[in-house]
This record gives sequence, C-alpha cells and structure tokens, in this order.
Amino acid sequence: MFVRGLKRKCFDGEEDIEGTLAGIKAIPSYNLQRQSLLDMSLVKLQLCHMLVEPNLCRSVLIANTVRQIQEEMTQDGTWQMVNTQSTGQASLDRLVSTDILCRSSREQAEGKLVPDYSTFNKDFESDQAQDSSETMSTASSVQAPRNLQSNVWEMENPQENKGSFQKSLDQIFETLENKSPNSVEDLFSEVDNSYYDLDTMLTGMMSNSKMGHCDGLETFSSPTTTTSSSNCKSDLNELDHIVEILVES
Amino acid sequence: ADIISTVEFNHTGELLATGDKGGRVVIFQREQESKNQPHRRGEYNVYSTFQSHEPEFDYLKSLEIEEKINKIRWLPQQNAAYFLLSTNDKTVKLWKVSERDKRPEGYNLKDEDGRLRDPSMITVLRVPVLRPMDLMVEATPRRVFANAHTYHINSISVNSDYETYMSADDLRINLWNFEITNQSFNIVDIKPANMEELTEVITAAEFHPHHCNTFVYSSSKGTIRLCDMRTAALCDRHAKFFEEPEDPSNRSFFSEIISSISDVKFSHSGRYIMTRDYLTVKVWDLNMENRPIETYQVHDYLRSKLCSLYENDCIFDKFECVWNGSDSVIMTGSYNNFFRMFDRNTKRDVTLEASRENSKPRAVLKPRKVCVGGKRRKDEISVDSLDFSKKILHTAWHPSENIIAVAATNNLYIFQDKVN
Repeated sequence: MFVRGLKRKCFDGEEDIEGTLAGIKAIPSYNLQRQSLLDMSLVKLQLCHMLVEPNLCRSVLIANTVRQIQEEMTQDGTWQMVNTQSTGQASLDRLVSTDILCRSSREQAEGKLVPDYSTFNKDFESDQAQDSSETMSTASSVQAPRNLQSNVWEMENPQENKGSFQKSLDQIFETLENKSPNSVEDLFSEVDNSYYDLDTMLTGMMSNSKMGHCDGLETFSSPTTTTSSSNCKSDLNELDHIVEILVES
Repeated sequence: ADIISTVEFNHTGELLATGDKGGRVVIFQREQESKNQPHRRGEYNVYSTFQSHEPEFDYLKSLEIEEKINKIRWLPQQNAAYFLLSTNDKTVKLWKVSERDKRPEGYNLKDEDGRLRDPSMITVLRVPVLRPMDLMVEATPRRVFANAHTYHINSISVNSDYETYMSADDLRINLWNFEITNQSFNIVDIKPANMEELTEVITAAEFHPHHCNTFVYSSSKGTIRLCDMRTAALCDRHAKFFEEPEDPSNRSFFSEIISSISDVKFSHSGRYIMTRDYLTVKVWDLNMENRPIETYQVHDYLRSKLCSLYENDCIFDKFECVWNGSDSVIMTGSYNNFFRMFDRNTKRDVTLEASRENSKPRAVLKPRKVCVGGKRRKDEISVDSLDFSKKILHTAWHPSENIIAVAATNNLYIFQDKVN
C-alpha cells in the first residue's frame, strides 16, 4: 500500500533516470518496461490462489493484460525462443521504471519514447547476450499463462486437479520463502556489489523497499518478500523454477 | 469494529443498514424529530445488530467462503416489520426485523416461567393479557437462498413487482421468487464452454425501478447490456448495448482495466443509468447506446499513476456510485477518505473528506482539493501524499432528503445539509 508522504517512483522516476544515466545506456526501453509489466502480471496471477477463492474479475483483467502484451510482443517479433545463459546483467534490465507504460500512446509519440522498430532490431542484435536471458524467461513465461489460465478458471474441476495445483503453489511458496531474507540488508548481501549502484539509479526502489512488488505479495505470511528489486541471479532462476513447476502441473 | 462493506437506506430513509466484513448487519434508525430540540434533526441511532452470515468452508474445493456482506437491499415496507436481503459471496438471506414491545402475561396453563402447570391444580379460567415491555428489536432469517451460485455474488436487486429479485455473480444472473428457496431461474449466462476463452465477467446488475421486465448488467469490458425478460427465458441477447468507443489517444496497457465498470445504478426516474469505472462516473440515457450523455472525472490525477496502482492492486478497487432523491446530484468515493459530488444541472462538483481529524462534529465540511502540478497551495494536498489505504467504496443517499451515509473503512459517517 502507499505510505503517506512517500514519493512514488512512477511520478519522479523519469527525471531521476534521465539525470543519472547520462553517459550510460539509454533510458530503459519500452520493451524492457513492457517485459517488467508482463512479469508483474504473471506474479499476480500466480498469487491469486490463497485460502479463499480468487477474485475472478481481477484474474480475468490481469490475464487480458498479459494477453495484450504477448500479442504486441508477437507482432514486434520480440517473442523468440532463444537459448541463453542467464546473467546478472539481464536481470538488471528488468528492474526498470514502468513509468513509460503508464503514459498514453499520444505522449509517447510526442517524443518521450518512440518504439522505433528499425532501431530496436539493431539494438537487439548488438545486445544479443544481454537480451537473450530475458527472452528465455519470456519464452518460458508464454507457456505459463496458458496453464495458469486453465488452472485459474477451472474452479469446477475435480479435487485432484486443484490439489496438484495447490501442491505446486505450496512448492512455490516454499521456494520463495526460503530464499526470502529477513531484512533488506540480507536482500542485497547476495548481490554482486558492482551491480548495486546501477540498481539504485535504475529503479530508485532500493530506498523504498516497502513499496514496489512488496504490495503484490502482501498476502505472504513472511514479513519480507522477494521482489524483482532483489536483482540477484537467484531471483531470475526462481521465476524459471516457478514456471517450470506450473508447466509440469 | 469491522470494515464496512455495504451501506443502504430503506425506501423511506428511516432506516440505514450497514454490512461488514465479519458478516454482521447493523441497522440505524432515525430519531423522531422533537420540538424541544429543533437543531437536532433526526439523528441515526443503532436500532438492531445481528449476525447475518457466518464463515463457511467448501469441502469440495477446499476453499473458504467469506462471511463478508457484499450487498444489502431493502424490501418496501408492507406491514409493521422490515425486510431486507443480505448476501455474501454465495448465499442470499431474507431477514425480518420486527419490534416487540408487549408480551402476554397470565397464561392459564403455564406459569410465569413457562412451565406447564399441573392440570389438577387449575381451578380458575383466566385469559392472558398483553402488557407493555421494554422495546426489543428482533431479527430473524425468514428465507435462505443457497447453492445457486458457483461464482461470487456481486449484486442483488429487488424487482418492482416486489415478488421477485435477482442475484448476479461473475458469470450468471439468477431470478428468484421470495417464497421459493430451492429453485431459481437462470436468466443470464456468459460462461464460455471453454473457460480458457473467458475474457469478460459480469460486474453489477440492477432491475429497472418501474418496469419489472427490464434489467441491466455491466461488464469488466466497460459495457452495459439492457435485457427484457419478455423476449426469452434466457436473456442471452440484449435489447440494448451501451458502450463508448475507446479514445485511441488515451490507450495504454491499462485501458481495459480502468474501463471495467464497478457499479451501475438506475436513476429514480428510470430514464438514466449511471456507471462507475476506475477514473470516471458516466450518465447514460437509455435511449442512446453509443455514448454517455455526461462524463465526470473523479480523480483524473491518477491517470499517470496507473502502473503503480496496478502494482499495489488499487486499480482493482470497486467504487460504488449513488443518485440523490431527485437525480440532480451524483456521488461517489475516492482515496484519502475523499468523496465527490457532481451537480448535473450546475455542473459544479465538490470534494469532501470523511475524517474525524479534519473536521469537528456538526461543523460544515470544508471542500478539499488535490493539487497536481508543482506548486501546492496552502490547503491543497498533493497526489503523492494521498493515502490509498483510506478508500471510500460505499456511500448512500437518503431517498428524499439531503442526508448521506459514507463508509470510510470501519467508520460510518452521516452528513446532513446544514440547517440555519
């Protein structure tokens, strides 16, 4: 939940990023931010299932958003199954301000950010290694929504279907809880220090550890949560791990 | 005190019912106005409290069924007792609320404790008489309408024939007769054969205030369908379809989510419907389907914050909206314990706050303002300082007077027009 008086990243993010990234790689691209939104949506869908029946309206709206992003990514041609090594660098790129996604297409056309396909293709080729891990988890994420959907909607299925999904969820919760450190310092202790500063600049979320994805994972009983702001390699692997479990079930 | 989940005046405005997350219903009654204290125009005091729903467990699905009261709807009064419908996610109940202020005394065959007297000891015939007692208000469940909804009930609506009512969940709407609890008619079903193809759900439904064959239901895609029950038993095809074309310049990944309608209400006249989506309230003329006749911005300053609101789930908050008695003013809630009123005739609007800290009892509410740009004036509050955990989702307006009830989390505020 918003804490009174704290500045929201989305509102100020743009200025921070532009100021501090002078000389470094450009403003997080539209595609990376879209990816971030996709990941957030998938996490939300996964966390729908608690003790009480999930809110169907919310699930449908999130699933529609996921579908919309996937369709757009398919049209863009970014939806590719590429073999990869997951690197810490890639996980950094995921931690981008989603501010750009809040803006309407009109604002984007006005020059803030234009998804220029020709430029994008060039960047994509040159950053192959960097983006490859991103697309790999994207690819595995493709399968996740389909399975998720059938599991999310089919509340009338017999008990065993629900049971196996519930079991997978328990595994997910266990995984996340075990890897979830007890304090903010622990979160970053696993992180390579060289990434830390870049992180702070990119996301602006480090100082506001209460917000961000913490809110989406509020329903956890554990006091802190793993959020995508904990940009360690293990976090990326976790997402793959979760998706694997879901795909198998 | 628990979080209030629904607020509703009865048809005369004499009673105000609230339901909460713990399954309780609290009914307030308006004091009779007394000549001794003309300043204290009828205030509302607690009249009855009862536990309407209990938490349940669905063993088949291994899921809890919340006892939270989603909606309360009053029946028009037909005798000395009051009747209301209250519902949680799965079960609707008809409650009778009645007063008892006399009791019979002097039974012939029973003594005062109720025990039967020995017949051989009875030598005299006496008839019991009614003697006054302290007023007691009793609530008894008269009907329980259960096991008719697979999905979560979001709306109930009493028909103008006063014999039937409907209950709507995410995918289906059922029509009930008050006297029959083991059957209901399914009148709308939008469940796809393959659930993976589900992209739209029902979000609210209401009967027309005068035409007992007509009802509307809204969807998560921002559409409203008006159905006529005379055309077919299953109202799969709408008689009218209300949808505003999307503004392409405002399109974003959140467009669909913010277009989802959270509440739909007929005007008292029956000529208009009002819908609430995340950022606006719209008034539609039943005779014009292609766009609303009026659109009011509730909190447009949130438009640039949609991704954060998506992140913390606030974007899924379901705000309700209400008409005043004459359909000239509409009201809806917002964040930071703010609520908004729009005068349809003068086109003026006001933002007020329901908060004990910021206003004293009986003081006139001061209009509030949210500042968007850089420079904040003295009394304004900036968007970043808004408290998104303090949301006003449920409000009610007295049917004939300017009295409003505003539910702010676990507090109920009742405001009146100032009398000079």
